Amino acid sequence: MSIDMSQFYQAFFDEAEELLAEAEHLLLALDLDNPDSEDLNAIFRAAHSIKGGAATFGMTDMAEITHVLENLLDKIRKNEMALTGEHVDTFLEAKDVLNSQLEGHRSGADVDRDVQEEVKRKLKALSEGKPVSAAAEMAAAAASAAAPAAPKPAVVAPAAVVDKMRHYNIDVKALSEKDTANLEGELGLLGDVSSKRLDNGHVAFSLKTEDSEDDIISICAFIVEPEDIKITLQSAAAAPGAAAAPADGKQRYNIEVPELSDKDAENLKSELALLGDVSISKAGGKTIFALTTEDSKDSIESICSFVVDLETLVIKDAPSASAAAPAEDLAVASNGFIEGDGFGFFEPITPPPAAPAAEPEPEPAKPVEAAPAPVIEKKPAAAKKEVEKAAAVETTSIRVGVEKVDQLINLVGELVITQAMLEERISKLDPVTHEDLLNSLGQLTRNTRDLQESVMSIRMMPMDYVFSRFPRMVRDLATRLGKKVEFVTSGAATELDKGLIERIVDPLTHLVRNSIDHGIEVPDVRHQSGKNETGRLSLSASNRGGNIVIEVTDDGAGLNRERILSKAKQSGLPVSDTMPDSDVWQLIFAPGFSTAEQVTDVSGRGVGMDVVKRNVSAMGGVIDIRSALGYGTTMSISLPLTLAILDGMSVSLGDNMYVVPLNLIVETMQPQATDIKTVTGAGFMVHVRGEYLPIIPLYSLFNQPTQITNPVDGVLVIIEAEGKKAALFVDGLVGQQQVVIKSLETNYRKVPGVSGATIMGDGSVALILDVPTIIKMGQNNNSEGVYQ
Amino acid sequence: MAKTILAVDDSGSLRQMVAFSLTAAGYQVVQAVDGQDGLNKARDQVVDLVLTDQNMPNMDGLTLIKSLRGMSSYQKVPILMLTTESSDEMKAKGRAAGANGWLVKPFDPKRLIDVVQKVIG
Repeated sequence: MSIDMSQFYQAFFDEAEELLAEAEHLLLALDLDNPDSEDLNAIFRAAHSIKGGAATFGMTDMAEITHVLENLLDKIRKNEMALTGEHVDTFLEAKDVLNSQLEGHRSGADVDRDVQEEVKRKLKALSEGKPVSAAAEMAAAAASAAAPAAPKPAVVAPAAVVDKMRHYNIDVKALSEKDTANLEGELGLLGDVSSKRLDNGHVAFSLKTEDSEDDIISICAFIVEPEDIKITLQSAAAAPGAAAAPADGKQRYNIEVPELSDKDAENLKSELALLGDVSISKAGGKTIFALTTEDSKDSIESICSFVVDLETLVIKDAPSASAAAPAEDLAVASNGFIEGDGFGFFEPITPPPAAPAAEPEPEPAKPVEAAPAPVIEKKPAAAKKEVEKAAAVETTSIRVGVEKVDQLINLVGELVITQAMLEERISKLDPVTHEDLLNSLGQLTRNTRDLQESVMSIRMMPMDYVFSRFPRMVRDLATRLGKKVEFVTSGAATELDKGLIERIVDPLTHLVRNSIDHGIEVPDVRHQSGKNETGRLSLSASNRGGNIVIEVTDDGAGLNRERILSKAKQSGLPVSDTMPDSDVWQLIFAPGFSTAEQVTDVSGRGVGMDVVKRNVSAMGGVIDIRSALGYGTTMSISLPLTLAILDGMSVSLGDNMYVVPLNLIVETMQPQATDIKTVTGAGFMVHVRGEYLPIIPLYSLFNQPTQITNPVDGVLVIIEAEGKKAALFVDGLVGQQQVVIKSLETNYRKVPGVSGATIMGDGSVALILDVPTIIKMGQNNNSEGVYQ
Repeated sequence: MAKTILAVDDSGSLRQMVAFSLTAAGYQVVQAVDGQDGLNKARDQVVDLVLTDQNMPNMDGLTLIKSLRGMSSYQKVPILMLTTESSDEMKAKGRAAGANGWLVKPFDPKRLIDVVQKVIG
């Protein structure tokens, strides 16, 4: 049977990627002086798992790196070697190389071989306790030795490279004692090795490894010229000691038992088949099994004991049938184990014979009231703790294309619309005569909503997907800028729509970079201002109402109001000295605005914040800044949970309906005439609980005909976005409902003040208002008379 | 009735490969993500063969094997270790824990099926 291994590649890629990310996460968190042994184990396991998978799926280049990585990690976790910063740096480098190799296999992208070799050398040097610099010398040596060490091409047919444990004899020409020891050490990285000096001055190494001949050559190349090496492959069975095993130890037995029922006979036959070839016959009230096996009579007896009484069992030697016996690929090795090629059994493979008193158990699958279990060492304390952990790790998932999910979401959206239509129609029926129908529809409504929620949750991904890439970036950046930064994240489990998650990465990266570059001060400055030398940068995500709020907070220098204002004046932006802080902070989002005194290679070129703001707005989100000079800055991004469905308030204006996103509505009110104030040249204001808010009449903004032009006759919807409030004047409120967002831009074109459209229950189209834009438009458009 | 095999490995891709290959060969496969999970699943349902990785979080393969051998229903169920290590030391540990044999990783599906067939037919 042939099985196409490539079908598992994707799973392996994803898994390896996760493992690498996790390993990186753990590496960054490692305390050099007192590394947590659990963490070290976890990192080791990650390398180990990747190695196993890479080797199985034929990605030898990854297997090679993880192999040396694993060796080094093993030494460290067993406390044979102390963990140093150099180790961590090299591990991180190795992680990057593995990532690029992974990408290479995944997409066929080119992988930089020099970098791979470099990392491999560094790891090897470290595992020998040499500093990384030694790797450079080794590199030179390898280069002079014609370096046949280049890893195999990125994509290789798996079957060709699935390596097995092999036994090599390596013959090396004249070698000094020291070099012999060195080479033995190197080869030891690959597997079990022993050396012997031959009479002719040659040294013979015996190596048991699963690595290929190429690997051996490349290792030897560090020390000897490739042409001085002769490598011969021995088969596993010919390993020392194993050779002593009789090639043909098969014996033929006739096993006679009292006549068995057909079922028992079948059972016993299948048990005996484990030992070798078996055939069955019946004669004179006896059932006779003819068995060809290399196992002893004892093991036959123990097998038969499951089915028949030992007293009635007769085992006779039959003439050896070795010539006729099919070649078995098992051999008894020196350690007494039965070894095959790459596998083996500790004893003839049968369930271990039970105590004579035990119940016969032909089918091990059945739980039987067998003899009391021998007490075997257990670790109950550890096991208990692990129970909860294990439950959390359990993952069973299927992978589905995003387009399929989107199609599903779209269909559910249509279903929601249809359901709303039905509800609308049915509301006109007499509730008494149609009670049953109404009840059923109520059920349908609930089911639809549940269905919609479940379907939407498919697209949700944890913020961790974004957060996890930052620790490394922060570390690298802080090191480069000579700053000390402690990075913390919270709310990584908060879920956000996949589409949004992917688009939030860039803006967040920019904000984090800004915080480290401009926010957090260098240790000296921090020390002088009485702060802890290590700055604190936190990244948090939380659910607030229908929104996800992502915040980047630093305890750095904070924004400098004066500097921003003077810079804004220079750039010709409209500013006044009495502007509230929140407006001043918004200035940094102006295109080309930068207060950085010098441009660093990290940030400060003045491109970015405007892009950040544009990206966030495009996602339907808003960005808000809180800052205090000397104490730090918080950048807060508020995003809708999903782009596909919106909780909205439908409002009427003339014959049309509009939808206002519910999360941007503060309150709605019917104003008294006394609350309405006229501001000369600036339209009208409404007095709400001590605040004066500008009134934005929707009918004049959209130039729509309506009977209601006096705010007193209509409804004011108090909306808030980007820290600004306004009162939107509409005819009336219709109701609150979830609407499915359809893009207006893709189907028509961008309309200012409108973020999309939706289909209402009655089949009509309603526009969804773009609240931040409306507030802005209102400010410019508020000069004309509204009423009186 | 198809025989049931418990495959314990923390690596999802290897587990998938093992499960796929063995299912294709006509076995039923129960998967577990680590030793603890394996132990739980082994309790839920007594299987005909256990294949376990050694190096896993929460509970390693040797501990799993020992724990299984401590259960009366698992006295005679064959257990094979799937391991990258094939040193005699590892084998000795495996035998002491109660394993019946080992299979060295990496292995291809055919080898896996061969070995499994040798053990449980």
